[in-house]
Amino acid sequence: MSNRTIIPFGPQHPVLPEPIHLDLVVEDEKVVEAIPSIGFIHRGLEKLVEKKDFIDFVYVAERICGICSYIHGMTYCMSVEQLLKLEIPDRAQYLRTIWSELSRIHSHLLWLGLTADSFGFESLFMQSWRIRESILDIIEETTGGRVIFGAAKVGGVRRDVSSVKLDEIMKKLRVYQKEINTIGSVFLNDTTVKHRMQGVGVLSQADAKSLGAVGPMLRGSGVSQDMRMTGYASYGKIGFTPVVETAGDCYARTKVRILEIAQSVDIIQKCIEQIKEGPIEVKVIGMPDGEYFARTEQPRGEVIYYAKGNGTKFLQRMRVRTPTFANLAPLLATLRGCQLADVPVIVLTIDPCISCAER
Amino acid sequence: MSSISKSPWVIHYDGSSCNGCDIEVLAALMPRFDVERFGVINTGNPKHADILLLTGSINEQNKPVVQNIYNQMPEPKVVLALGICATSGGIFRECYNVMGGADKAVPVDLYVPGCAIRPEAIIDAVVQALGILEKKRAAMNAAAV
Repeated sequence: MSNRTIIPFGPQHPVLPEPIHLDLVVEDEKVVEAIPSIGFIHRGLEKLVEKKDFIDFVYVAERICGICSYIHGMTYCMSVEQLLKLEIPDRAQYLRTIWSELSRIHSHLLWLGLTADSFGFESLFMQSWRIRESILDIIEETTGGRVIFGAAKVGGVRRDVSSVKLDEIMKKLRVYQKEINTIGSVFLNDTTVKHRMQGVGVLSQADAKSLGAVGPMLRGSGVSQDMRMTGYASYGKIGFTPVVETAGDCYARTKVRILEIAQSVDIIQKCIEQIKEGPIEVKVIGMPDGEYFARTEQPRGEVIYYAKGNGTKFLQRMRVRTPTFANLAPLLATLRGCQLADVPVIVLTIDPCISCAER
Repeated sequence: MSSISKSPWVIHYDGSSCNGCDIEVLAALMPRFDVERFGVINTGNPKHADILLLTGSINEQNKPVVQNIYNQMPEPKVVLALGICATSGGIFRECYNVMGGADKAVPVDLYVPGCAIRPEAIIDAVVQALGILEKKRAAMNAAAV
């Protein structure tokens, strides 16, 4: 038997934009165990509900994470709206869906880029991010912000988008879709890329279920589960079937995400076809009272917001279960037994968002 | 103008930011903004870096990490606090696990507010940092003579 060595991975590492530390116990080149230590980005923002009232807290919720920012804010609003028993107008629901899907597209493109970087395909990294900038342009035109755009608020949305603008967006998205297909085919068909991803970091369907994986990680392992199936916002009216792959390796997870980009474009198209003129917000009356769980699908998987109100303008308790946190246990399971050189690719295929996980 | 300001190498570390600023730092290196055409290269090794881009606030756990990166960088070096969290703690200032801005751990040369900071602001800050690098270098040379 060969000697065991411990190789530290992170917190400062070139493939990680965010700090997480893994102690990789290796025998020769094989990883025997991965021991994580987290807490570098813990801020303790759930406790801020005691200092910021329920309307202001939307800004904090959006800053839980800078990538899935919009969906965080929206889910928080959904939970508070339930406590206030507010009925959100249709147009606001459709706009929320459109922005959610735009966030998903930009997040998946960002992820594709980082993954390409993790296996050293620099130009693919650049191409993915080039297209992502175009998506950010659409977001900036409609909301005024690039990554944290504060479009959701308790009771509706902050801005309306004219129907002319919506048609323009759709035309642009169709063009970008073609470009995304081009880079997508490199990810899915290039021999070198396939070598780095096929059969690497396999997570079986049983493991994915028992370890509580969420999002593309779960769907890449053959489980058909997506919170959008519950029909929140306007997904119920549009109809939704999740993208599922069965192999459970890095390649399957990549394929799920690439297909989800195309699906998001279709969802936006359906929204734009169905959206009708109308109010975009309702007046917020009363104080939140009672408790509620709001569940939505982020680019990384299911997010759960728990809010408990006590009839005052400050919530009593707010709790977030983020997708990356749920995916950490499956990640450690997939790292066991892999090659040291594959560690960056496997870590990235869960689409880690550490600031979500640690808050 | 010496070689250092013709091709400054930057290293990025995320203190405890929300990711928004980190992603914008990466976006500044991408084809749209492409700072690499000015010779700015992102490195993962502090020993190769001239400019430290810090995003996010400082807490007990990441303070030694930030100081470690800073100490490994060769002189002359410049530290940029990017985003409002690195400047003062921002929206998270009142959180129990936030000590404050980047200056709680290392000396900061430039504060660049914004939430999230825009890539244009990052590029502007790096250009200003070149002037500071030159000054520090001149001071080092004068002290050596």
